[in-house]
Amino acid sequence: MTELLSHRLLFVTGKGGVGKTTVAASLALLASDQGKRTLVCEVEPKGDLSLAYECGPTPFRGRAVNDRLVAMSMDTEAALREYLRQVARVPVIGRIGPVARAFDFVATAAPGIREILTVGKFCYEVREHNYDLVVVDASSSGYVVGQLAAPTGINELIRVGVVRTQTDWMLEILGDAARTGVVLVTTPEEMPVSEAIDLAGRLETETPVHLAAVVANRVLPELFTRGEEEVFDLFQKPEPLAVISGVLGARPQAVADVLGAARLAVTVRRDGAVHLERLRSGIPAEVPLLYVPYLFARAHGLRAVRQVAQSLSEEIGT
Amino acid sequence: MTGPRAKAPTREAAGQPATAGVSGSRRSRPAAGGSGLLEAPGSEELTRAVEQLLSAKEVVVACGPGGVGKTTTAAAIALTAAVRLGGRVLVVTVDPARRLADALGIGGIGNVARRVPPEAIAATGVRASGELYAAMLDMGESWDALVRRHAPDPDTASAILSNPLYRNITRRFAQGQGYIAMERLHELHERGDYDLVVVDTPPSRNALDLLDAPGRMQELFSSRLLRWLVVPYRSRLVNVASRPFYQVADRVLGSQFLEDLASFFILFQTMRDGFVDRAEAVTRLLRDVRTTFVVVTTLEAVPAVEARQMIAGLRQRDFHLGLLVCNKVLPRALSDPENGRAAELLGSRGADVAARIGALTGAPSPEMSARVLAEVADSFGNFRLVAHREQELLRELSSSHELTSTVPYHPGHVTDLRGLLEVGATVFGDPVAPEAARRGRAARAVTPTGRATGASAPARPGKRVRPPQSDEA
Repeated sequence: MTELLSHRLLFVTGKGGVGKTTVAASLALLASDQGKRTLVCEVEPKGDLSLAYECGPTPFRGRAVNDRLVAMSMDTEAALREYLRQVARVPVIGRIGPVARAFDFVATAAPGIREILTVGKFCYEVREHNYDLVVVDASSSGYVVGQLAAPTGINELIRVGVVRTQTDWMLEILGDAARTGVVLVTTPEEMPVSEAIDLAGRLETETPVHLAAVVANRVLPELFTRGEEEVFDLFQKPEPLAVISGVLGARPQAVADVLGAARLAVTVRRDGAVHLERLRSGIPAEVPLLYVPYLFARAHGLRAVRQVAQSLSEEIGT
Repeated sequence: MTGPRAKAPTREAAGQPATAGVSGSRRSRPAAGGSGLLEAPGSEELTRAVEQLLSAKEVVVACGPGGVGKTTTAAAIALTAAVRLGGRVLVVTVDPARRLADALGIGGIGNVARRVPPEAIAATGVRASGELYAAMLDMGESWDALVRRHAPDPDTASAILSNPLYRNITRRFAQGQGYIAMERLHELHERGDYDLVVVDTPPSRNALDLLDAPGRMQELFSSRLLRWLVVPYRSRLVNVASRPFYQVADRVLGSQFLEDLASFFILFQTMRDGFVDRAEAVTRLLRDVRTTFVVVTTLEAVPAVEARQMIAGLRQRDFHLGLLVCNKVLPRALSDPENGRAAELLGSRGADVAARIGALTGAPSPEMSARVLAEVADSFGNFRLVAHREQELLRELSSSHELTSTVPYHPGHVTDLRGLLEVGATVFGDPVAPEAARRGRAARAVTPTGRATGASAPARPGKRVRPPQSDEA
């Protein structure tokens, strides 16, 4: 298996709300910590990446998070300008503003245009070796297949033109498992896991890109061993409860609530474990499943990104 | 519109007086002694206000960030409204989990509305005064229906439907899904078959896309682009305004593709009037006094940011925000200072307790008991942190809005009508009686294998998030 961070291009995706951005931001931070020149890009510019790094806006032209890490947000119009200038070598017309806006409509309507501009930008950065690693905080499951399948699909729809000639080298980069991979993020819950398994299958059949890793995010810690849990169950009976509250000088109800909270934690963890097992058996055996623990202390921001990066680092074994 | 809702209170009468009382009384209410951990903070004022709201409205749009339980909440609201308020209630869901779809009786069917069997509702032990119908939102089917309706004649319709670009375009048009959801809502409402229609909304790239979808649809048809695309090829190069566009577009996309695109849009243009009229009507319905929006969110940082944007966006557009539902909220017992003190004592005096308790429980060793108690205290501290954070976000979010329901976290996924009723009860502001909560915990359809898995927990100390079998992988 290729080591995760030795890829050149990683698309991070998953169902909405599972922590895609945090994982993408963490992988990028980890790579930059290892000395790689890293670009991380948010495809849907909602500002989540900026929240993750607490670094202010991340425009298309990029913002330096540290010496080796640049964060940016996708902007199809800006990507089009860049594309015209650098790749298609179309002289930039002075009044490109309205044209680009019109183009945005075509891009909205025409299959694959927006997608190919987006994916093309990343492939371009890889081809030009501007960065050692490009991490993409990609669209959620519903859209990412369309994005990654666009270069293939475009060949069927567009028979001539510059776009057509660009797709060959893009496909070469996207289809190379050593360079490009998808990181699928999920949480130990029913819907996110079902969607992850479904997406893993669709990536395989509908896109040229390989699944590089699956991240199980927000996994709760295991509180008790089996023996300990038996003891814990006994503590919740009335007599032990009375003893505990007697020793502590606390009301029995308060002690019951405290024990009840642990019971809830055990139950939630257990429900999650079922979904994680389903996940493991639902994705190819050679794809690593990386566990990121639930963060109690911080749920977002740079501190959370660092903690997730630490967990991922341990899981990847770097 | 007839039926029990004809005499429903007006928007002005609904909810307003309860505004301050709802959150106020909820916060000041002490955690009652003997309350279970799953107790929901309900209040009579909230119940009354939610019932009034749903009696006054005919259309409820559930919106909010992805992954927060929107679909479940929409279904729970519809079911509970049918049970308590009567009338014919329809819930339109976008992408329900299979078991939820099965519970509603809509597994594997398209746009057709089906009645949820009354026996199934009766089996939960409640008597429904109304009828519940459920339908799925099938994007492809809905687009096809729109084309058939708006095309000038059947030949044009089939030319559009068979155009290779059609499926691609309708599926990828960024606002397409949101538009379809709103459009279907309009159609269902217009038909007048239901007293209340609750619609779940598809995940959108941006929460506000949904609200703007009908407007964007109008824009698309009146855009200059479309006019350019449909002018005959030769006159394009003469048109000063469009020439730069074609120079660029020809170079980049190739003129053949542009021709394909143009011929598709020429067909599409024939539906212009129908589409534009319809989009206007949809927008009117969303603004209508009979329509309300329910924002669903969890109290996690990122969804809460999106929910806040959504609330601001609704205000800005003059849509009616009826209710904020905060889902999966941790038990309030975690925030109770007295419980916190008990947990701290347990953490510091675990060894004393373990020494005393050994004989009583038959625990193998005081050390093990102490470990268990330390773990319990730690865990309480961890979850309390999260609960505190949630309460803070709840305060922020609910301060911007009048009616707020909190649905307590419950393990497992809601997969049956009983579970939906429990969620609905908390949305409607009922406190969950401890007895019911315990029963719910036992009865809820938590995946049965869960227990078996947990029982095979590894005999090793320390916190671990990985199941043992994957350690070596």
